[in-house]
Amino acid sequence: MDTTVATTGTEGQKWGGGATRPLGASYGKMMMWFFILSDALTFSGFLAAYGFSRFKFIEEWPIADEVFNHFPFLHGTDAPMFYVALMTFILIGSSVTMVLAVDAGHQMNRKKVSFYLLLTVIGGLIFVGSQAWEWKNFIAGEYGAVKTKGGKILQFLDAKTEERIALDEFVQVGPRDLQAYGESEGIWYETSGDIGATYTIDEVRKGFAANPNIVIRTQQLEVNPETGASEKIVLSREESMRRLQTDAVSVVEGANLTENEYGAPLFADFFFFITGFHGFHVFSGVVFNLIIFFNVLLGTYERRGHYEMVEKVGLYWHFVDLVWVFVFTFFYLV
Amino acid sequence: MADHAAHHEHKLAIFRGRLKFKNNVQKIWGVLIFLSLVTIVEVALGYIKPDFLNGKFLALKYLNWIFIILTLVKAYYITWDFMHMRDETSGLRRAVVWTAVFLIIYLIAILLVEGDYIYEVYKDAAVSFDF
Repeated sequence: MDTTVATTGTEGQKWGGGATRPLGASYGKMMMWFFILSDALTFSGFLAAYGFSRFKFIEEWPIADEVFNHFPFLHGTDAPMFYVALMTFILIGSSVTMVLAVDAGHQMNRKKVSFYLLLTVIGGLIFVGSQAWEWKNFIAGEYGAVKTKGGKILQFLDAKTEERIALDEFVQVGPRDLQAYGESEGIWYETSGDIGATYTIDEVRKGFAANPNIVIRTQQLEVNPETGASEKIVLSREESMRRLQTDAVSVVEGANLTENEYGAPLFADFFFFITGFHGFHVFSGVVFNLIIFFNVLLGTYERRGHYEMVEKVGLYWHFVDLVWVFVFTFFYLV
Repeated sequence: MADHAAHHEHKLAIFRGRLKFKNNVQKIWGVLIFLSLVTIVEVALGYIKPDFLNGKFLALKYLNWIFIILTLVKAYYITWDFMHMRDETSGLRRAVVWTAVFLIIYLIAILLVEGDYIYEVYKDAAVSFDF
């Protein structure tokens, strides 16, 4: 039999197999790290695609401060980014409770592990709820805009203050030539164009003509020579009138996968996809944490003699936090 | 399992050894304070948007460079201290971190250059895309 065994010359050395462990980690933990690596590359792919599209449509890309400026219970207050900053703190906070749970696990302290895991789950749920609220605000929109033949967005401003003006501040709803049939009558229909929108494009034109203090802001950027900041070009009253009459084709309210009142529709697509994918990770992380939480309560890891499972799920949870740090920067700050 | 017990020592110093903590729990809170401070700075800069940071370096504003660098700093401390990468062997650390860093830099460089090129094509094209 001796002749059939190949000697590799690595016996007793690091790569010789046997009892030596070159990476010093258990199989489960190592595989969690490599899963995280592959997931990180997936998210990088999405964020790099976002960057690609942003550089491609650098002018019509929405200004994040104008999109995400809501705060719960503060209606009408302009609070750019405060809520996402709060969400960031919530997620970092739940990362801290997770790492405290891991630490308590090293001390075999079952009570502390379960307490910190519960806090982590609660933090995760608050975060997912906040994300849903952000989506709601973005989908509903705030000011409304019109779309041109070329798919560009025109927004309305007060000529003096240069503040945004919402459609409902100057547009009146006229008589509608529509039947009151709907799905409840068993009639199937498709919404398109003016049907289903609050205002028609003609009503917007009428309201615009009746209010001489309104002008249009385009999506083209211009560098302000004094501050060096890029600003969107605001048209004169006459030019605004002309573009609204000749170029505008439909009213856009809020954002969905095909149109976006804040700018490029691709922004909405990426926002829904990337934050949605991240939110799905948070949700599955909450589910994992709950399973581990109940296992801790049942004493599974106490019997096993170690809490390494908390550590592995913890790695996943921190990764979710890590991804959010990047999503926060590239969607809200940059 | 005895090998799990062997894993319990943590490296307790951060900032290249300048700040040492007494135990792991203290280090966790210390890192939380640091991460919160960085986030507060980011949000403050994003809110004020100081004019003197409008200059550009490599097609990005200084302000955006600051955001990206601060984000990488946060990512480092989350990975090193919350995910305990600091305590892993250098082999595992390099297998995970170097792979990601190399592939991500490669991907981003290619895609951003390409995106900017398409923007220029749209902008200078004989056909107007704004109508």
